[in-house]
Amino acid sequence: MKYLEKSITEIHEALLNKTVTSEQLIKESLEKSHEIQKKYNAFVTILDNAKPTEVTNELISGIPFGVKDNYSTKNVLSTGSSNTLKDYIPFFTATSIDNLFKKGAVMVNKTVLDEFGMGGTGTTGHTGIVKNPWNPLHMCAGSSAGSACAVATGVYPYATGSDTGDSIRKPAAYCGIVGYKPTYGMISRYGLFPFASSLDHCGVLTRNVEDAAIVVNTMKGKDKNDMTSWDSSGVDLTKTLKNDVTGLKLAYIKELCDIKKYKNADATLKEHLENFQRTLKICKELGMEVEEVSVDEKLLNSIASTYVVISCAEATSNMSNLTGIIFGPREEGKNYVEMIKNYRTKNFSPLIKRRFIIGSYVLQKENKDRYFFNAQRIRRLLVDEWKKIFESFDAVILPVGTGPAPLLEGSKDQIDNSTKALEEHLQVGNFGGFPSITIPNGFINNLPVGVNITGNCYEDEKVLNIAYQLESKMNYKNQIAKENN
Amino acid sequence: MKYKALIGIEMHCQITETNTKAFSSAKNSYTIIPNENVRPVDMAFPGTLPVVNKEAVKKSLMASMILNCKQPDYIYFERKNYYYPDLPKGFQITQETKPAPVGICGYLDYYVNDEIKRVRINNIHLEEDSASLDHKNNASTIDYNRAGVPLLELVTYPDFRSAEEAVSFLETMRCIYQYAGISEGDSKKGQIRCDVNVSIMDEDIDETKEENWGTKIEIKNVNSFSAVKDAINYEIQRQIELKETGTYDEMEQQTRRWDDEKQETVYMRSKVDAIDYKYFIEPNIPKFKIKQEWLDEIRGLIPELPNERKEKYISKYELNKKDAETLVKEKNISDFFERCIELGCEAKEASNWITTRLLGYLNKNDLNINDIYMTPEMLTEICLIVKNGKISTQQAKEVFAYVLEERKTPQEIIKEKGFEQNSNEEEIIELVNKILEENEQAVNDYKNGKTNIIGYLVGQVLKASKGKFNPGLTAKILNEEIRKR
Repeated sequence: MKYLEKSITEIHEALLNKTVTSEQLIKESLEKSHEIQKKYNAFVTILDNAKPTEVTNELISGIPFGVKDNYSTKNVLSTGSSNTLKDYIPFFTATSIDNLFKKGAVMVNKTVLDEFGMGGTGTTGHTGIVKNPWNPLHMCAGSSAGSACAVATGVYPYATGSDTGDSIRKPAAYCGIVGYKPTYGMISRYGLFPFASSLDHCGVLTRNVEDAAIVVNTMKGKDKNDMTSWDSSGVDLTKTLKNDVTGLKLAYIKELCDIKKYKNADATLKEHLENFQRTLKICKELGMEVEEVSVDEKLLNSIASTYVVISCAEATSNMSNLTGIIFGPREEGKNYVEMIKNYRTKNFSPLIKRRFIIGSYVLQKENKDRYFFNAQRIRRLLVDEWKKIFESFDAVILPVGTGPAPLLEGSKDQIDNSTKALEEHLQVGNFGGFPSITIPNGFINNLPVGVNITGNCYEDEKVLNIAYQLESKMNYKNQIAKENN
Repeated sequence: MKYKALIGIEMHCQITETNTKAFSSAKNSYTIIPNENVRPVDMAFPGTLPVVNKEAVKKSLMASMILNCKQPDYIYFERKNYYYPDLPKGFQITQETKPAPVGICGYLDYYVNDEIKRVRINNIHLEEDSASLDHKNNASTIDYNRAGVPLLELVTYPDFRSAEEAVSFLETMRCIYQYAGISEGDSKKGQIRCDVNVSIMDEDIDETKEENWGTKIEIKNVNSFSAVKDAINYEIQRQIELKETGTYDEMEQQTRRWDDEKQETVYMRSKVDAIDYKYFIEPNIPKFKIKQEWLDEIRGLIPELPNERKEKYISKYELNKKDAETLVKEKNISDFFERCIELGCEAKEASNWITTRLLGYLNKNDLNINDIYMTPEMLTEICLIVKNGKISTQQAKEVFAYVLEERKTPQEIIKEKGFEQNSNEEEIIELVNKILEENEQAVNDYKNGKTNIIGYLVGQVLKASKGKFNPGLTAKILNEEIRKR
């Protein structure tokens, strides 16, 4: 077994025992990066001159990792997988990445995403589509596609991701790994290219729950450059992982999980929901109480549109700094209006332009109340609904999506109305800023599927504890993606 | 006149008295070196986030209190979205009227000549300034020093009836900002900029009913008080001419700009082309509660304002109203005056020196009181030396002028120029007797009862002493000596 396919603590042990060196790990990781790049196109940049660091008592010291390319990294190309920033080399590093550097982590590559995180397929980055390492005919999902692909294939034990709707947790499920976004504000967003600021979260993709806790422990912390960050210095996410979960209460939502709700359900969806029920059974075996709760279907069915309205509105504004005047490849024009127009017309993909138009439309004076303010109201209702569940339960457990990764060919970033809520419910985690983790819970058609656990704000430890215990009773911990033809 | 004008003002004033910018850690200070005070957030590099400067909020709340406004329970900021090269983010962080900005529903009493007037304040809000553009022949340059400087915008109701009232209000406000330690209020440095709105209506119609108001014309970018005056007068005249020629009703609601060179307002855009700024709450700045204790603390910090000082000068120091007004007009001058009194100078003396000689000198040379060599200590010294009879009032005026011109202390000047008054009695007696002998006729006249001849004789002695004799002492000795004859 290769070292980089192990867990962080195992690699750390090996480094301390000098059975392997940081240099060897980096070399191995870079070789693997090139191999994975050829096969699945996961990287924007591979840092062939990455330097080893001193191995200290810090668990992540000397160990290579990947960074999603929407994190600002000093002196390293940071594109957001967009042509608008195809030549942008920042002069500062995102706080959370800097926190990892300070503990000796070694960045070896920058991973591909859907342009600025605005997509769920991993197909809209400016360097091309990312393929699923379990079956390259399928997608990784997005937007943290490259990070998910690289972690799943054992390029390193972890890569950073960002999550505005489900951009960490969906690709984690499709690639058979762990994806965790902590409570909003636990990790500073300073240096993360914004998509929708009120929904954007930093987070991580790993192959086991403990690694996720270790990495976020290092990334987190109050940052004077991010007013929404909060002091979590008293929180050690690794400490409570192994706590007994007996008596903890989990809720799942009937309207999402009951196969009878889906009139045209195909075999995959049936299998996915049955598999979910098997996972619930494991939870009970662990001593947890699992209960079905009901949520108004009308509310559930408005999750996706609420997300579209809010995220597009914020995105339109957040990306107004992309004019090509200060940074990015400047375009010619008779005047500044033309310069900006030419730059944006040429460099943004059609998908993003569509979202900008939606965002502008919903913010226009005559539409604002009907769309933007109503979306805010529904966001509040949904968050209140989830908070109400958290009054009686420790966490909500739900299947991720409607099954495994769809085929790349013929895939549309479009939603089937009957399964829309099941596909998009993870967005509630962003509406409320809830801690939320996806772990693998099985295979369908030789492709991995995942289950998600979401808790109330500031209850990250409990969410990780449940995920850790559940993971230990299933067979997917530390699995490495391999193609089954 | 058959018409009356309704005039409202939007006054933008930079908060200059904070260390850093409104949402950035860059230094907030005026500099002529381009792009000196710039941090990544000021140029909107991807991933940067705004951080509220608490000191700027504090000063804004103080301004809100001085303007008798209502302060909000929570502070929010909003994004005003539009593209312009001087706006790096593509939006300005500002405050709209909903949710409430730092102040609403206020008023201010101010004087026009001797008449007290009240203007109602619609709102006052805190926002960030834009970068400054400089248009050359073939290119434009952008200086980001100004980008992000805290800016207070206050919006009045159209309560002014003349340019004179509007300008008196602006002068009062500038004065208040200076006294309260909010702004230097220097128009030359672009720290104050105004938008003006003007409408006219028939003299005999009730202006308290809004439906009677004429068409509102907004004039943008009026950047000095004299321009405010000229723009208002020009616009009133222009609108009257439209009335007189019967074309007033065709005039649409519009935005114009003031052309300083041509001395006229120029059409910019119609109301129907008004920009939709697509306001929404800035998601990167969490709303924060304003505690009553904080408001109380700020209220306690409001210093003595110009009107209070003026009253004090009249009642306590017995100055006349004109001098009192002159002294308080600029805080620096008033502070200079108060310092002199603290040092033991008589109020009337100090006032005379400052309002005549000192201000005369400053105006003539277009200087600020802080730029000159004369300090309150030096002026007080001059006053005290005169009082002690060491130099004459006439000599003091010369010393005063020399201090300013040669940048030397009064003592140095007195020594160098030989201004020391001679009070050596023996020398005076000797010269007095010499003069008495030379003026036998005058002495006889005196003895014959023409006692007012004394003045002439004292004058002769002083002249002969080349002005060095102490006049009081000389008069006393001459009286004694003449009686001996």
